[in-house]
Amino acid sequence: MEHILSLLVFFPAMAGLLGFLVVKESIRAYGICVSAIEFVLSLILWMVFDTSNPGYQFVEFFPFVPSYGMNYYLGVDGISLFLIILSTFITMIALIGLSIEKEIKNLVITVLFLEMTMVGVFVILDVVWFYAFWELSLIPMLYIIGAWGSANRMYAAIKFFLYTFSGSVLMLVGILYMGYLYHDATGIWSFALPDWYALQVPFDAQLWLFGAFFVGFAIKVPMFPFHTWLPYAHGQAPTIGSVILAAVLLKMGSYGFVRFSLPLFPDASVYFLIPVAIICIIMVIYAAMIAYAQEDMKQVIAYSSISHMGIVILGTFAMNGEGITGSIFLMLSHGIVSGALFMLVGVIYDRRHTKMMKDFGGLASVMPNFATIYGIMLMASVGLPLTVGFVGEFLSLAGFYRINWVMTLLAGTGIILGAVYMLVLYKKSFFGEVVHVENKTLKDLNAKELSALIPLVALVAILGIYPKPILTTIDASVEKMLVLMDQKALQDKTKELLMKANTIGGNH
Amino acid sequence: MLEPISIDIAGLNLQALLPMAILTIGALALICVDLAVKGLNRSFLTMITILFIVLDFGAVIGYKGDVRGFFDVLLIDGISLIAQVIILVASALFLPLSMSHRHFREFKMAEFYALFMFMIVGFQCMVTSDNLILIFIGLETSSLALYTLIALHNRAKAFEAAIKYFTMGALAAGFYGMSALIFYALTGSVEIHQIEQVLQERHFEPLVGVLAATIFMVAALGFKLSLVPSHTWTPDVYEGSSAPLAGYMSIVPKIAGFVVAMRLFEMLIASGVVWLEYVLYAAVVLTMTLANITALVQEDVKRMLAFSSISHAGSMMAAILIGTTQANTALFVYWIFFLFTNLGAFTMLWIVRHRENLWDERYQHPYTKFSGLVKIMPMTATIMGIFMFALAGMPPFSVFWGKLYLISAAINSDYIWLAVVIALNSAVAVYYYMKLVVYMFLHEPVTIDARLYATNASTSLKVIVGFAAIVTIFSIAFVEPLLEVITHYVASSGF
Repeated sequence: MEHILSLLVFFPAMAGLLGFLVVKESIRAYGICVSAIEFVLSLILWMVFDTSNPGYQFVEFFPFVPSYGMNYYLGVDGISLFLIILSTFITMIALIGLSIEKEIKNLVITVLFLEMTMVGVFVILDVVWFYAFWELSLIPMLYIIGAWGSANRMYAAIKFFLYTFSGSVLMLVGILYMGYLYHDATGIWSFALPDWYALQVPFDAQLWLFGAFFVGFAIKVPMFPFHTWLPYAHGQAPTIGSVILAAVLLKMGSYGFVRFSLPLFPDASVYFLIPVAIICIIMVIYAAMIAYAQEDMKQVIAYSSISHMGIVILGTFAMNGEGITGSIFLMLSHGIVSGALFMLVGVIYDRRHTKMMKDFGGLASVMPNFATIYGIMLMASVGLPLTVGFVGEFLSLAGFYRINWVMTLLAGTGIILGAVYMLVLYKKSFFGEVVHVENKTLKDLNAKELSALIPLVALVAILGIYPKPILTTIDASVEKMLVLMDQKALQDKTKELLMKANTIGGNH
Repeated sequence: MLEPISIDIAGLNLQALLPMAILTIGALALICVDLAVKGLNRSFLTMITILFIVLDFGAVIGYKGDVRGFFDVLLIDGISLIAQVIILVASALFLPLSMSHRHFREFKMAEFYALFMFMIVGFQCMVTSDNLILIFIGLETSSLALYTLIALHNRAKAFEAAIKYFTMGALAAGFYGMSALIFYALTGSVEIHQIEQVLQERHFEPLVGVLAATIFMVAALGFKLSLVPSHTWTPDVYEGSSAPLAGYMSIVPKIAGFVVAMRLFEMLIASGVVWLEYVLYAAVVLTMTLANITALVQEDVKRMLAFSSISHAGSMMAAILIGTTQANTALFVYWIFFLFTNLGAFTMLWIVRHRENLWDERYQHPYTKFSGLVKIMPMTATIMGIFMFALAGMPPFSVFWGKLYLISAAINSDYIWLAVVIALNSAVAVYYYMKLVVYMFLHEPVTIDARLYATNASTSLKVIVGFAAIVTIFSIAFVEPLLEVITHYVASSGF
């Protein structure tokens, strides 16, 4: 178990390289096997993970460039553990549900490389390497959207790439400035995150650094007004691209907030709390309204992603255990649900080659299984109690309630609006008469699609009813982080807010 | 009555001249051999030249003499050793590109190889001296050889390029002469360290004279380093020259120029003549930004690479502007990584060279030529893609580490905005590098005839590409040793 994290990161990449030697006919099976092994590895990681230890586990450390403090430094804690499992799980599901025939070998190899970068982002503790994985994840996605997408794919792929790249170069300047501050304070170079946690950054520097990191993360999430690349990318991407993009890549941004912004710059986070919360509320309401106006099924889900990510970020900035744990859980549940929804849209797109709601109607009578699963996922997306979506949204909003109840109320309307646009989508597509002749002969889900979707449905139910094992593990690490933030806070205002956020009427 | 000069032969430190002497002798010997034996094969000529370069390399590495030599005009300090190593390694790697599958007239001539060696001698003189006259001689020797090498390619465009380069070079030489003259008039010396001493004693008075000398020097070196606004020759000259020479020009003359700029400008910036810092700051920002923006609209890959190399030179001038040990180290680390990646990129262009302009009337390597290359030659496309992303500064490929260290150097010396400009420029740059990747990976192929793309491929070219690709991909392994060695040498020579 010494090197399980390295194995997790580089196994898919090695498999990808070897994949060049596998013939085209077997490459899909090869991809599924590799991703299944990877998923099992991540489950083993969870099994041997010590839930009572909130710190980093399975730490691997190798000094790469000691004179400049860059190390190969891996570790996993409660915050990242489930995101790793989510990445491996979604990759496996996406490959199982893969229906593309064209250039499939290149596609599978690309997805395996993408898996390496996703897992890498979540396990790496050295910030320069974090940046490296973060940037590397763009290249496979560029290729997936640009090569297998629909008509306007190149524009969408380039827009996606340029947006995220420009955001992250500013983050790079921030990273290097942070390294400089660390060197200034201690006399040694280090880009190791745990070292940085120990550093109290001066308030003015915190504001600038928070800004630099914010741009990088906000574009990735994506937060209003940087969100315009996302509908394009989803609109043009093939199903597997949309699934991975929505389920995992967006989470890199929100993970960045939890991992970097809050613990490194507690004062700046509190200082910018209200502006960020306002952006989140705009995201929630504005994106929900746009989603309602869409005619393309996939666009509805794309905009709903933005809306839900708004609640994720709001929960993160609640600065208390409920909010942050809830937001991380919401990342997981949104990963499962949006992944499943995009896959379902892919299913119907494969059959009809259209995603327009007006081309459907009455699908429930033709494809009952499809309609059932779609319905369950819709409910989970809306946040129906006892589904996975409810837990995270409730905790996030409950957490933020202690900061500001008016804003929480506004963000809560997102759930109502979510119910509106999702139910309208369902009504238009699944209920009523079958008006189009082509729809009468549609086949219901086949075995391949069922085997990809049923695990997702099961998770929606299981985690919705009993999320406790996951929540306690996350919570332990989150509490540790909150204590750290409190210790590091320079300003009284920050300490007061943390106190207020974490207690009810002065008591825990 | 003049004092009789008595010189001790040991005091001359003749072994300081050894590296230059080896290649000079090599070049002369090659000409003599060519007179005696007709029709020597290019493989023989290439290998002999490489062997002389290797001998020279040995002399440079093994140098254990004084820092000063030969009437004190030679200065063999740390940065001169690093620069010479870079020059020699780059020369030895670019030269085998002559052994392409197709035969070119210039590579059959022994003169090409002799001129090549003379050119290297010129560059070595530039970097191993702080005497303005010897630097000038080095500059001219190398430039004159290089003009001829370009013209030997024997195409209409090559002549145009050579003449353009020659005219611009002559202008730059004139500026250089003026600057050296004014410095001599002001201080009575042509040695940079003595100029520095005298100027410092006089607190850089008269300021007008210092400024005039400086501006002439900025203009002269600006031409050589292709800084905006004296960069206009670069894309045309690169386009006209053969790909190996274009790649060579983007690396070697510039590193020689950087060393001279480092010796001169850092002294002047440190003097606190604020005005020069502003001029350089503006030149750096403009060079990076304008070159990047112009590169965006290029339709030819070679011209795009030319503009991109101007932009990279801009980042290097940023290092000279910052002027700390870390910045100077960053300059060399950056340039070493840039060497390998650019070598790879230009070699790829050399491999896909076709006799006729099949894809575009005007350009040899338009973007459309590379459409859908991944479906025709997946390996070629992947390697080219890696070079492009590496040039764009994508981690973890080579140039990223140089850029990282450079931005860090900027931040550490409170040049935060410069750091932001460098970072934003790499975001602009990624677009045009990615354009080629988009053509190769996302577009549909125009032709499916793989042979069209490999007419010039040969084993030696493939080996060079493979070598460049390995260094580019696994560059992280070289970062630590490079940083250690280069920091040591740079610091020991006081930069």
